[in-house]
Amino acid sequence: MDATVGMVSLAPLLLSAQLAAVTTVVLIVIGTPIAWWLSQTPSRWKPVAQAIVAMPIVLPPTVLGFYLLILLGPHGAIGSWWVELTGSALTFSFTGLVIASCVYSLPFAVQPMQSAFESLSRQTLEFAWTQGASKLDAFFSVAVPMSIRGFIGAAVLSFAHTLGEFGVVLMVGGNIPGETRVVSIAIYDHVETLAYGAAHQMSLLLLGFAFLVLLGMFVINKRWSMR
Amino acid sequence: MTNSEHTAADSVISLKHELRRGDFELKVDVQIPAKGITGLFGESGSGKTTLLRCIAGLEPGLSADSRPVHKRRIGYVFQEPQLFPHLTVQKNIEFGTRRASKQTVNPRRAIEMLGLGDLLDRKPGGLSVGEAQRVAIAAVLLRSPALILMDEPLASLDQRRKEELLPYLDRLHDELSVPMIYVSHSIDEVSRLCDHLLLIDGGKIVGSGELHEMLARLDLPMLSGPNAGSVIEATPAHYDSDYDLTQFGFSGGELFVPGQYDTNADFVRLRISASDVSLCLTRPEKTTILNILPAKVDEVEDAGPSSALVRLVIGSDKLLARITRRSATRLDLKKGDSVFAQVKSVTVKR
Repeated sequence: MDATVGMVSLAPLLLSAQLAAVTTVVLIVIGTPIAWWLSQTPSRWKPVAQAIVAMPIVLPPTVLGFYLLILLGPHGAIGSWWVELTGSALTFSFTGLVIASCVYSLPFAVQPMQSAFESLSRQTLEFAWTQGASKLDAFFSVAVPMSIRGFIGAAVLSFAHTLGEFGVVLMVGGNIPGETRVVSIAIYDHVETLAYGAAHQMSLLLLGFAFLVLLGMFVINKRWSMR
Repeated sequence: MTNSEHTAADSVISLKHELRRGDFELKVDVQIPAKGITGLFGESGSGKTTLLRCIAGLEPGLSADSRPVHKRRIGYVFQEPQLFPHLTVQKNIEFGTRRASKQTVNPRRAIEMLGLGDLLDRKPGGLSVGEAQRVAIAAVLLRSPALILMDEPLASLDQRRKEELLPYLDRLHDELSVPMIYVSHSIDEVSRLCDHLLLIDGGKIVGSGELHEMLARLDLPMLSGPNAGSVIEATPAHYDSDYDLTQFGFSGGELFVPGQYDTNADFVRLRISASDVSLCLTRPEKTTILNILPAKVDEVEDAGPSSALVRLVIGSDKLLARITRRSATRLDLKKGDSVFAQVKSVTVKR
C-alpha cells in the first residue's frame, strides 16, 4: 500500500479504484431487481419508488452523508446492529464507505438498466415463456443478454460516479490512510497543506485513469452494439 | 385447456376461457379436434388473439388450466416473428428444445422441412420477415408442444412472401400430427390450410365444425357475405397439354382447371367462390363455360337485399352459388330441384 510515484503515495488511488469496483459489483447485483421491477410494474407506487431511487442525484452529498453518518454510526439503526454483529463500527471503515457509495451511486446504476429493460419487447419475453423458459430463466437467458448495453452503461456510470465522490466519503469515512483515504480526499488534503506538487500529480493520475476507464468501457460498449 | 399433457391421446381439446377487459368480454367453451388444423376465423377485434393468449396462459383470465405458461407445452407463433436477437438461428431453435421434456419432432427434419439449412449461423437481425417466421415456426415445432397456436403468421408478409411461406405450412399440415389453431381473417388461408373451423364474433364462438360443413352453411353471416364459397377435395386425373388444362375428378364429376398440376398427388383442395357459380334449369349448350355440373338444390337462403345463396349437392360434395333474389323467385328454386351449375372459376389451393 505504500508504493509511490514521485512524491505521491499510490494507496489512495488504489483504494478509490477498489471502492469503485466493489460498489459497481454490489450496485449491479442489487440494482438489477430494482430496475426490473421499475420497468415492469403497473403499480401506482412506481413514481414514489422512482423518486426515492433518484434522490441522491438531487441531494447535496453533505445531506446524504449526514443521514448516512447517523444511520451507520455506532448508535444508528444499521450501525448498532453492525457493531453487535462484528464488534467494529461501520463509520470510518471501508465497508461503511461501500454502503455509502452504493446509496450515493444507486440512481446511476438503476436508470440505464431500467431504460434497457423498458425497451425490451414484451412479446419476445412471452415467446421465451411459451418456449418453455420460466420467468427467471427467461430473465437471465433473454432479458439480460438483450439489455447488455444497459448493464455496461450502469457499470460505467457507477464506477465513474463512485470514483468522483467526495462529500459523502468525507462525512462517513473520514480520512484514514489505507482504510478510507480515497484519492479525492487525499487531493483535498494536499491542497489544504499547500502541497500543490503532490496535488498536481495525483490529480493528473486521476484524470488519466478516469479517462482511460471511460474510454475502455465506451469502446467495449461500441463493440457490443455492433454485434 | 383441460390438460394439454393428455390431449394427444384424447380425441378433443377443450377450450374454456373467460376474460373481461373494459367493455370486451371473452367467453369461450368449445371443443376442437385434437388433430389437424383448426382455423379461428373472425374480424379484427372479435377476440381471436385474446383467445389464443388465454389458451397460452399469457392473459390473467379465468381458465381451467392454472399452470404457468412455460409448463403448458403450448407453442405460440406470433404475428411478428419474435426471435432472440442475441442468438444465432441455430441457438434460437435450440432454445425450446433444451427446455422440452420430450422430443417428438426430429430437429433435422424440421430444419429441412422449413428450408433453414443455410440460415443456421445467421443472427435474426439479418433475416427477412418471412425467413424469421420460418425460424420461429421451426423453434416452436422443436419445443415439442402438445398444441401449436399461430396468430396470423402471414399477416406481416406481402403477397409474394405469403405465397412463399404457404407451402411450408401445407407440409406441416400434411406431415405433423401435432394439433394447431390457426388464426386468420383470410378465408383463402383458412380454406387452404384448415380442417376444422371456429368462428368468433364479439368474444363468443358463433360456429364450430368441420371445414366443408361450415363453408356449406347458409346461416352464418360471416361466411355468407363476400367470403361465401366451397372447398372440394379432388384428384388430379389428367393433364391436357393441347389446351393446358388439368382435369380433376371429385365425387360429383369432373372439373377442368387451367394450368398443369401434379397428377401424382392423391388429392388437392379446390376452392369455388359462390359468386363464380351460376345456375341453369336446363343443360346449357353452346356456352363458353367449361365446367357444367348437374346438381340438386339443397337450400336457398336470402343473403342480403339483392342476393341469395343456394346450396347445391353434387355427389357427396356441397357447392354454394350466389344468385340474385330476383332469379331465385323467377326460377322458383326450392329444395330437391335439379339444376345445372355453371362454374366459372376454380382455384387450386394446394
